[in-house]
Amino acid sequence: MLKNRMSTAEQTPAAPRSRKRFRLDDLELTLLSLPTVTWLIAFCYVPMFGIIFAFKNYKYKPGKGFLYSLFVSSDWVGLKNFEFLFRSPDVATIFYNTLFYNIIFLIIGVTLPVALAIMITQLHSTKLAKVCQTSVFLPHFLSWVVVSYFVFSFLSTDKGLVNSLLKNLGFEEVLWYQDSKYWPYLLVFINTWKTFGYSMVVYMASITGIDQTLYESAVIDGANKWQQTLGITLPLLRPVISIMFIMNVGHILSTDFGLFFQVTRDSNSLINVTQTLDVYVYKALMQSNNYNYSSAVALLQSVFGCILLIVANRVVKRIDPESGIF
Amino acid sequence: MAQRSMKASSGFERFNRVNPVANAIFSVIFILLAIMTFLPVVFVFIISISSEASIAQNGYSFFPKEFSLESYAYLWQSKEYIGRAFLNSIGITLAGTVIGLVLTSTLGYALSRPNFYLKNFYTTLLIIPMLFSGGLVAHYMVNTQIYHMKNTYWAMILPGACSTFYVVIMRTFFQTTIPDGIIESGKIDGASQLRIFVQLVLPLSLPVIATIGLFLTFNYWNMWYGAMLYVDSNHRDLYPLQYVLISIEKNISFMARNEDFLTEESLRNLPSETMRMAIVMVVVIPIACSYPFFQRYFVGGLTIGAIKG
Repeated sequence: MLKNRMSTAEQTPAAPRSRKRFRLDDLELTLLSLPTVTWLIAFCYVPMFGIIFAFKNYKYKPGKGFLYSLFVSSDWVGLKNFEFLFRSPDVATIFYNTLFYNIIFLIIGVTLPVALAIMITQLHSTKLAKVCQTSVFLPHFLSWVVVSYFVFSFLSTDKGLVNSLLKNLGFEEVLWYQDSKYWPYLLVFINTWKTFGYSMVVYMASITGIDQTLYESAVIDGANKWQQTLGITLPLLRPVISIMFIMNVGHILSTDFGLFFQVTRDSNSLINVTQTLDVYVYKALMQSNNYNYSSAVALLQSVFGCILLIVANRVVKRIDPESGIF
Repeated sequence: MAQRSMKASSGFERFNRVNPVANAIFSVIFILLAIMTFLPVVFVFIISISSEASIAQNGYSFFPKEFSLESYAYLWQSKEYIGRAFLNSIGITLAGTVIGLVLTSTLGYALSRPNFYLKNFYTTLLIIPMLFSGGLVAHYMVNTQIYHMKNTYWAMILPGACSTFYVVIMRTFFQTTIPDGIIESGKIDGASQLRIFVQLVLPLSLPVIATIGLFLTFNYWNMWYGAMLYVDSNHRDLYPLQYVLISIEKNISFMARNEDFLTEESLRNLPSETMRMAIVMVVVIPIACSYPFFQRYFVGGLTIGAIKG
């Protein structure tokens, strides 16, 4: 699908594609791209065969090497790994958390940055707009590890700023890293804090690319600011919004591991609100060496992500044929 | 964006502005948002220059009783560990950026040639990993068991060096910005594609090289997941700075859980609170000081990626 569209869009009329011989030029280009293709095969395609972990009971045979252990000495167990997974009581929570946070992130991640982008382009002072745009872009460049220290400086139980404020105002101190009832809000807030600047800048770039004459004619017809926004800005932003939307829907089963694992300091008391698919896979792999279940989860995540991406793309294209990523 | 806003004083845009009240409200909102994004950085900086005593007494505060640069002095003293980690971070960032640029630009260039024989095949090869991946377990097992990259720098550099997104940005740039005539003229002079690419195309492609280079630089500087997966605690000399922060945190929570280990000796070896915050500042300050200058490359890259990706 993508392939066809790409190649037709790119063909220059002067370059007919009728010659189908492999020429010296092609050989040189093939050699030039050889390192990258090798990389793709080594780091994307070889691991794809790892999905058979999900259907095997992997047992390492000492002295025989990894490939022998995987292909020969491990038994096929069919769908047993998935069965076990769905029988485990954690799975419902894990899926619920993953979907719950992602749907909220999706809603906030589209509405808030679009609104802010429209607002910031209306500021009278361009200097202020520039300064604010630069500032809110900062969290995008920080890692979750750094953010987790920021959060800790506010929420630390004995030294954190929030608890000292609470104490000074005469309230009880809160054991932030042990009380799970606050974390859904906190996680949504922290994630929004880190990501809204980036999305706002993307939308801003498209808003400033809109042809000014559209607004001029709207003003001549007597449209006010609100009508201009609804009638011109939003419809013209629709392709970008659709693309961001599709990308996010495709990732609806993957969560930011850093947010849910690092920022919460891997606290066991918070596990019922912070355990998402990625956290589960990581823990099963690194902490309990359980290759089978974690790869079963990872496979589900990959397959559903792929299906959702394709479906979301179809839906968006049905609504608006111009949008869509492929 | 900047050019358009420069023209804001022209007649129409001045006429078609929001009213002053709305402007005032919007300004206040954005000033608050800007403060909110910078506040934690400032806060952690203040903690890092507070004295241990005032933190023990009052906790973290914006207005500590006493300032001290002791934490930074301690960092300097423990340069065997912290300094090493700093150099690791720089080395990984440099190597990763260079390797990443080579990988993305070469394939991007090959795909931008309209007559390339394998173009459709390579495009498919590039798109599939975006849709489907083997998952964490498969990547981990392949990288450690087949490529034997556990506890090497390569494990932190290679897996993140290339991505479909970057190659597509490169390809789009070469396609839209490099005139075909230049490549044709190179061919007429008998240059090979490698020479055309290096001597004619690359010098004209600095904007996209800068964009992708910066993406890669910031990614590698912020890399910690690779270290967490592939480097174990017996190889502390491989830790990048980001992972030093994680490992300190891990040690503290380990000791909190196992009180037997909570001895005078172990407490003394732990970096103090101010020192930890000082390491955070060492990570953040290069980013905070440099990104405003590079921002326009990011915006450019984002829009190419968002619209044509």
